[in-house]
Amino acid sequence: MLEMTPATSTERTALKINPAKTCQPVGAMYAALGVHGCLPHSHGSQGCCAYHRSHLTRHFKEPIMASTSSFTEGSSVFGGMANLQQAVSTIFEMYDPEIIAVHTTCLSETIGDDIPTIIGKCQNEGKIPEGKVIVHANTPSYVGFHVTGFSNMVKGFVKYLAASTGRRSEAVNLIPGWVEPSDMAELKRYTAAFNLPTIMLPDTSSVLDAPATGEHSFYPKGGTTVAQIRAMGDARHTLALGAWASSDAAELLTKQCEVPHEVLDLPIGLAATDRFISALAKLTGTAVPQGIEDERGRLVDVINDMHQYLGGKKVAIWGDPDQVIALTEFCRDMDMKPVHVLTGGNGQAFEERIKAILADSVPGANVKQQGDLFLMHQWIKKEPVDLMIGTTYGKFISRAEDIPLVRFGWPILDRVGHSYFPSVGYTGGLRLATQLISAIQERQDRDAPDHAFELVM
Amino acid sequence: MKLISERSKQVVTAGDARAVVCDRPSVAGSVTQRACTFCGSRVVLYPIGDALHLVHGPVGCAAYTWDIRGALSSGMQLHRNSFNTDIRETEVIFGGEKKLARALRELIPVHRPKAAFVYATCLTGVIGDDVEAVCRGAAAEFGIPVIPVQSEGFRGTKKHGYSAACAALTQLIGTGDTAGIGPLSVNILGDFNIAGEIWTIKGYLERMGVEVVASMTGDGRVDDIRRAHGAKLNIVQCAGSMTSLARMMQEKYGIPYVQVSFFGLEDCAAALYEVARHFADQAVLERTRALVREETAAVLPVMAELRRDLEGKVAALYVGGAFKAFSLVKALRQLGMRVAMAGTQTGAQADYEHLKELCDAGTILADDSNPLEMAAWLAERDVDLFIGGVKERPVAYKLGIGFCDHNHERKIGLAGFVGMAAFAREVHATVMSPVWKLVPRRARASGAQP
Ligand code: SF4
Repeated sequence: MLEMTPATSTERTALKINPAKTCQPVGAMYAALGVHGCLPHSHGSQGCCAYHRSHLTRHFKEPIMASTSSFTEGSSVFGGMANLQQAVSTIFEMYDPEIIAVHTTCLSETIGDDIPTIIGKCQNEGKIPEGKVIVHANTPSYVGFHVTGFSNMVKGFVKYLAASTGRRSEAVNLIPGWVEPSDMAELKRYTAAFNLPTIMLPDTSSVLDAPATGEHSFYPKGGTTVAQIRAMGDARHTLALGAWASSDAAELLTKQCEVPHEVLDLPIGLAATDRFISALAKLTGTAVPQGIEDERGRLVDVINDMHQYLGGKKVAIWGDPDQVIALTEFCRDMDMKPVHVLTGGNGQAFEERIKAILADSVPGANVKQQGDLFLMHQWIKKEPVDLMIGTTYGKFISRAEDIPLVRFGWPILDRVGHSYFPSVGYTGGLRLATQLISAIQERQDRDAPDHAFELVM
Repeated sequence: MKLISERSKQVVTAGDARAVVCDRPSVAGSVTQRACTFCGSRVVLYPIGDALHLVHGPVGCAAYTWDIRGALSSGMQLHRNSFNTDIRETEVIFGGEKKLARALRELIPVHRPKAAFVYATCLTGVIGDDVEAVCRGAAAEFGIPVIPVQSEGFRGTKKHGYSAACAALTQLIGTGDTAGIGPLSVNILGDFNIAGEIWTIKGYLERMGVEVVASMTGDGRVDDIRRAHGAKLNIVQCAGSMTSLARMMQEKYGIPYVQVSFFGLEDCAAALYEVARHFADQAVLERTRALVREETAAVLPVMAELRRDLEGKVAALYVGGAFKAFSLVKALRQLGMRVAMAGTQTGAQADYEHLKELCDAGTILADDSNPLEMAAWLAERDVDLFIGGVKERPVAYKLGIGFCDHNHERKIGLAGFVGMAAFAREVHATVMSPVWKLVPRRARASGAQP
């Protein structure tokens, strides 16, 4: 299917081929699913909502519930106010959520629907039952990319709900970034190990990794509760993981409720996890629990044991900025050579950061923000790699060039496991490292001539 | 089961005198399983493998329709790439026409497609881009057809998208040379070669001595479609998507059409006979008889064997168009299964009347359903099998119910006689799977778990 990709890249100014990103609303939907009893609502055409639900379903293999304003030709001319009002009534009557999280789409943004005004009208007309809430985020798809939508929705929850009562609590806010349900559970395990009372927003664990019970539960038991989000305003500190996904909400908490914040990288890999763990140690004023020290030791142990397989291996990495930054650093620390590093998302800071990480080890690396997988393929054709790390969409390149692919990021449409096993933290790093090592060893086995085919590796 | 009050007329049970109210927009706020116009156009045109498919709009629309449909191609696979103008804020303000023109200029010389389809989206519709004018310019510049598809999402449901796609195809049809097309010739409309189905159908037609001029659009080729007006008959399968094209070809070129389904033994045999009878050619008819006899004989023992286990099991289905539902109900009956619920996203009044006749009394018929309703019905009727699409699958699994995809993501060809055997095997494999016994609801019922 990629037989047409030429090795030399020509300047493209108007075109994405095989994108490495998608639109904002799907990120808003994912974030909203991490709030307990929340129904994400897509204010736009039916198609948007259907696409976002389908895509999330393919990644998580879970039912994804979200409603839509079902725009028609008329709404595209006269605006979607009537649709949203009707939607609010329908939703509370039928689906009875605690909270509705409205996000916009291309269409409602362009026609200029003013969501707060519409929500206000619903309030005045008594369409919002006692104790229930509606929040919203603007998520125009022609700005930013899917992570922007996630960030905007998290910010939306904070904006509408977080309030300071004047009494500071012991709690710390944790904004986990766009990570898997398994990662969110793992982050909670870490803060619990430090005995640190934590409010994490959003929290898709026990929502998008719900167990089979024989019943379909419209609102699974997980998710940050509305009360918890309100209480975020009283927290003593906010830790935001991943600048792209999480810093906006953390900044807003500082502005709105005077909660100080710090932004860290996603704790993926050894060094980034070290920084996260020392932030926890600093916040609690305690030493790192022995159990966590041991986990770290195990990760280092495996990296040492297997360094001869990883050393010098060229890798291509793509995905969302926060993930790719952490992953690039991790690969560098294991003596791998990330020679092609790309994100579909936008931000010059991405290129600067990656170049800084690789300044000593791979000074000539190809680095690009707002790239696409067509470009990645062209890079790989010019300079082949030993391993690719990225989303399912890389499988076409992997096959065309016969290079092993370790799936990482969002979306993964063709494998399971990512939503159940964490990749954050030391244990997550261990899982990632073993995946990379296995991929390389499998390849070595496959390609070894008979006489050099090894039993013990 | 509580329904959204506005929806209560959209659900009836067979045997009930009331008609299903349908063909109306979804109630705003419902968790509808329906999609939009853009989606409809994309699925219909997408399988044309040597055309360039350029989504003129923001990235999302392009990303979600990138290779999600297993529409196989026997040659060029340009359609499996995702091309997109990636509309940004600047274009929202200043218009996207220039960017579209540049995109076509950057694409066509590199990929050398036989034709290009440019899909309009919600966004480019609202900002008012004159996609048609840009396409005209590009067609003149590069000497290939560059065809705008009026697929703005807000125009309506998938159905509107199907018509927009058909309208786009009409711009290709009639532009090729029909020399050499014989009198026993057909086009296949409305098969998308999911899992290679059109190869099965083509094989049958060839054995009957009937020539296939163009397949629209499964494994479709631009040059074939350009000469489709030379065929003597249109075979329309999956009638929802392509009947409008067949009608247009009848008006404009005098080509008659037949509506058929290749799914299920009865329907498939009926379809082939209908084609044979149309040509009123004794030799064709003889060959068709032999083919049906041979193929049925090969499949019947397989089905009889599987039916032993499936007899009395209960199924539910929720599919896009009604024609699919008709065939499924019949096919399930051949396997000894009962249908407890049948729903469609876009069925019409007459379709539901027909469904009522097909189904046993008490079967729930639902238009434009949602997961909440469906989950309740599945549990209430203690269904063993659910047939639907990507969004329905996990709901079935959560309940501990077998599932078959009858939409984009199916991996097994279900058309033709061999397809019926494949369908039977797939149904059997999922319904009889021991894994459902592990699900607490079932385990409790069978006393295996407290
Ligand atoms: S890009 Fe816009 S129109 Fe397309 S799916 Fe995303 S929000 Fe909807």
